[in-house]
Amino acid sequence: MNIIFLTLGVSIFIAIVFLAAFIWATGKGQYDDLETPSHRMLLDDYETKTENKQVKEDKDK
Amino acid sequence: MSAGNGSNTAPVEKVIYDDQIVKMFIYATIFWGAAAFLVGLLAALQLAFWPANMELPWLTFGRIRPLHTNAAIFAFAGNIIFAGMYHSTQRLLKTRNYSDFLSRLHFWGWQLIIVGALITLPLGYTMSKEYAELEWPLDIAIAVVWVVFAVNFFATIAIRRVRHLYVAIWFYIATIITVAVLHIVNSIEIPVAFLKSYPVYAGVQDALVQWWYGHNAVAFFLTTPFLGLMYYYVPKAANRPIYSYKLSIVHFWSLVFIYIWAGPHHLLNSALPDWAQTVGMVFSVMLWAPSWGGMINGLLTLRGAWHKLRTDPIIKFLAVAVTFYGMSTFEGPLLSIKSVNSLAHYTDWIIGHVHGGTLGWNGFLTFGIIYYVVPKLWNNKMWSHRLMNWHFWIGLLGILLYYISMWASGITQGLMWQAINENGQLVYPDFVETVMRIVPLYWVRFSGGALFLTGFVMLIVNVWMTIRHAPKNQKDAVAEAAPLKTDVTAIGQGHRKLEALSLVFTVLLFIAIAIGSIIEIIPTLSIYKYLPSSQKTEPYTPLQLAGRDIYIREGCYVCHSQMIRKLPFDVLRFGPPSTIAESMYDRPFQWGSKRTGPDLARVGGKYPDMWHLRHMINPRDITPNSIMPSYPWLAANKIDYHILRKKFSVMKMLGVPYNEDQVANADIIAEKQAEEIYDDLLSQDPSLTSVKDTEVIAIIAYLQSLGKRTTTEGATTSNR
Repeated sequence: MNIIFLTLGVSIFIAIVFLAAFIWATGKGQYDDLETPSHRMLLDDYETKTENKQVKEDKDK
Repeated sequence: MSAGNGSNTAPVEKVIYDDQIVKMFIYATIFWGAAAFLVGLLAALQLAFWPANMELPWLTFGRIRPLHTNAAIFAFAGNIIFAGMYHSTQRLLKTRNYSDFLSRLHFWGWQLIIVGALITLPLGYTMSKEYAELEWPLDIAIAVVWVVFAVNFFATIAIRRVRHLYVAIWFYIATIITVAVLHIVNSIEIPVAFLKSYPVYAGVQDALVQWWYGHNAVAFFLTTPFLGLMYYYVPKAANRPIYSYKLSIVHFWSLVFIYIWAGPHHLLNSALPDWAQTVGMVFSVMLWAPSWGGMINGLLTLRGAWHKLRTDPIIKFLAVAVTFYGMSTFEGPLLSIKSVNSLAHYTDWIIGHVHGGTLGWNGFLTFGIIYYVVPKLWNNKMWSHRLMNWHFWIGLLGILLYYISMWASGITQGLMWQAINENGQLVYPDFVETVMRIVPLYWVRFSGGALFLTGFVMLIVNVWMTIRHAPKNQKDAVAEAAPLKTDVTAIGQGHRKLEALSLVFTVLLFIAIAIGSIIEIIPTLSIYKYLPSSQKTEPYTPLQLAGRDIYIREGCYVCHSQMIRKLPFDVLRFGPPSTIAESMYDRPFQWGSKRTGPDLARVGGKYPDMWHLRHMINPRDITPNSIMPSYPWLAANKIDYHILRKKFSVMKMLGVPYNEDQVANADIIAEKQAEEIYDDLLSQDPSLTSVKDTEVIAIIAYLQSLGKRTTTEGATTSNR
């Protein structure tokens, strides 16, 4: 039976650590950049046929 | 060939994506999808038309249904998850998969496991735990292949060229970690033979662990990976950023944290302690919010692109998929409310609910992804735009027929089971009457399934023609990106920092899931706390155990529950509510999840042995309208007495109070009991000499023990 108190104690301890980490992350500005990622993922396709063009563009820069 | 440029100091590297592995998984998805739907159609036909069981052991409903569910979840959905993950992760992280070898090991390992399931399930090798039916060698194989997958995935994250982990990646991480934990915890079992084992959990513990797993198989195999896919493919197909990145973050964390607690809603009104039922119910209702967060985010991504719904079949598939996700996650919490559940549980409503999710959400999202990915991978336009549209409409009609017929069937069943007249008696005391009423709806369901499969055949033709006409000598897609700076502190603050430290992130997630799991499971491991001291349960006799394993082999649990709920109409029909004590030696538990046939928890002693014998050989001899398959082979196969000693020693090791003598003589004790039953049958019908030592004797011994092994010393105690 004592095993319950042990596991409950461990669980609650982990829960507090987890919660603290989450609050810390939020307080540190977790939601700072909420725009770029959703746009960036749209631009990541470089198909085989455009390969040469892309390399050329990079060289032009 | 690195090209330097002014704005970015790091040299740009060329990335060649491994699209071959994506193609392999796409082929596998289509191949196993066809198999899963075909087997599902057969199972649907068997319920509408029992002769479709064909009197072949390996084709009966009890063995075919687990094959269908496993194929649909782990073969069809599994392969598209892997295809989508390998495709989108490389692009989101701007890197090739860490190891081509591990990717292929993952692919072939997974396909071999599916083949293993395809062979063992029809042969009756099953754990009888839903969606976890596979026996221990395959369970170990799943764990190994999953670890290979996980190592490859996390190593790919480690070598990424984009610091920020896009929301889809988080969902993939949640999937990989949680499925591993779920699978391992639920599959802890002790082998008895090469393809036979007993779970370490018994009765209520096994029930709770199983449905903690079962519910989260839905959550982390059919929901989170597909949400990840949604967050990649919906914006891509619509060419719009997701509606709200913030919402995606909030709903991810809340979904992962809440989902893990909802399992007990599969055991409402059962013998599970009330507090655990309430926990499950409350968390299920809470799930409404994060689920709809995902649904809203997916649908509103189409804002400004709604016109594409008219012209673009991919958008049609994706939008309808997300809509079905919204409907299923509305219906789920509703069904988790105890009062609604008392009507819906054990009925076909649940089957309808599941298929709304699987056909609508998983199926249509998969089709949308295939139509999006195939032209890109093979560098060719889809062969027929019109065929995609036909697929969409025929498939949608199929789902609606399926869903609506199962609603009607489930609610009809539920209301007929509940109906009590003014004298306090059941209006439909014959269970078979409630079955007869819904058979026409089983035909509607069958036609819905047939339409869905027809649509899928169109996809196969379309994809086949697209690939056939694709240009030869395809090259893998190429991208360019600068490598990451290794200095973590330079990346920025807050969330970005958190994401950059992906390992830390993973650990946090792991902890979140562990908390939910530990608190919920561990207390029930000491069930004796809940056992009334007045109740004593006898362990199974060797012959009963042999019969029980045959009951499991034939998949009886697929249609028969062994759990009388604490509801007046259940008690009127089947007897006093089941108690925890009654199933305390049940490895695995057999509470069941659906009643196509009546509950069997108190069937012991209800009918004579001869009744059971005739009923097993041909149920229609006893109940003219029964749709149960015939099991004539049970009266032909001999009982395997030899293995009983081994089975008993494993049971003893697991804590069942057998003494040394019982273990050493298990086979002899069983033979003796079989002899008694056989003599009794023979005295009634001298022509029955052929049933001597056959499996039907064992299964009769088992059925006659149900509800009979537990005695309450109550009468005198309660008077005091």
